[in-house]
Amino acid sequence: MFTIIGTMFSGIILGYIFRNMDFLRKTEKTISYTIILLLFIMGLSVGSNDRIIENLGSFGWQAAIIAFSATCGSIVAAWLVLTLFFKKGESHEG
Amino acid sequence: MKGSLIVLLFFMAGCILGVLDIIPLDLQKSNLSMYILYALMLQVGLSIGSSKDLKSIIKDIRPKYLLIPLATIIGTLLFSAFASLLLSQWSIFDCMAVGSGFAYYSLSSILITQFKEASLGIQLATELGTIALLSNIFREMMALLGTPLLVKYFGKLAPISAAGVNSMDVVLPIITRYSGKDMIPVAIFHGILIDLTVPFFVSFFCRL
Repeated sequence: MFTIIGTMFSGIILGYIFRNMDFLRKTEKTISYTIILLLFIMGLSVGSNDRIIENLGSFGWQAAIIAFSATCGSIVAAWLVLTLFFKKGESHEG
Repeated sequence: MKGSLIVLLFFMAGCILGVLDIIPLDLQKSNLSMYILYALMLQVGLSIGSSKDLKSIIKDIRPKYLLIPLATIIGTLLFSAFASLLLSQWSIFDCMAVGSGFAYYSLSSILITQFKEASLGIQLATELGTIALLSNIFREMMALLGTPLLVKYFGKLAPISAAGVNSMDVVLPIITRYSGKDMIPVAIFHGILIDLTVPFFVSFFCRL
């Protein structure tokens, strides 16, 4: 975990130092390529795992339950923060 | 939207190739995905560090903006814990580890697979990692597709929280459109902070 956060912080520092270099404008693109590659590799390891493939329907449902619940939780919490702390004195049209 | 569909397509292509068993690569034994993950984190760091908006974002930040990522974290973790009531197979902390991906599907699924391997074994760890992957992809899809409705019924902060990490990248354009331009610094700040918490919370709940 620390190596991962450490890698990111080294990136932030390097990015700041070299912020005027052209190649850093392309990180958005290379990030999406890296994510695609990563997910492709993940797909490979999921696909070659028989037990996961056999239970894919059940995993999908479990994932959907957690996703739906977690998203609802954050929405309710964000709504509370908005009504309690942001509404008064600020009038931005939504 | 297009981005997540492409990612989903590549993931499914990988799955199909994996099922067909035609790529002679033992992924269970190689650390390939871990190295790609390091490459990803380095690039994410580079993009944050070199961002032109970095200074104005930091300058524009007010302390109460911290309440939004806080709300995202508390709401997500609490309701992920509730979800475990419906899922008998996994512990409350397993569900919270999945939830604390905050829609960062690539990172969270790999971290969960890595961290859980020791306690659950490679099989169950990969299963939970897959659930984390699907779950956090679903979350991103919900934020992407649901933003107009979320703003209408729950206010301009709701899509930021729902998007989790993606409030600073994939979902940012649609947040800008429906929540307003003044929400851009908030959304980016939120995304960066949540981004930093993902490895922390995932490893924390994986160890409990």
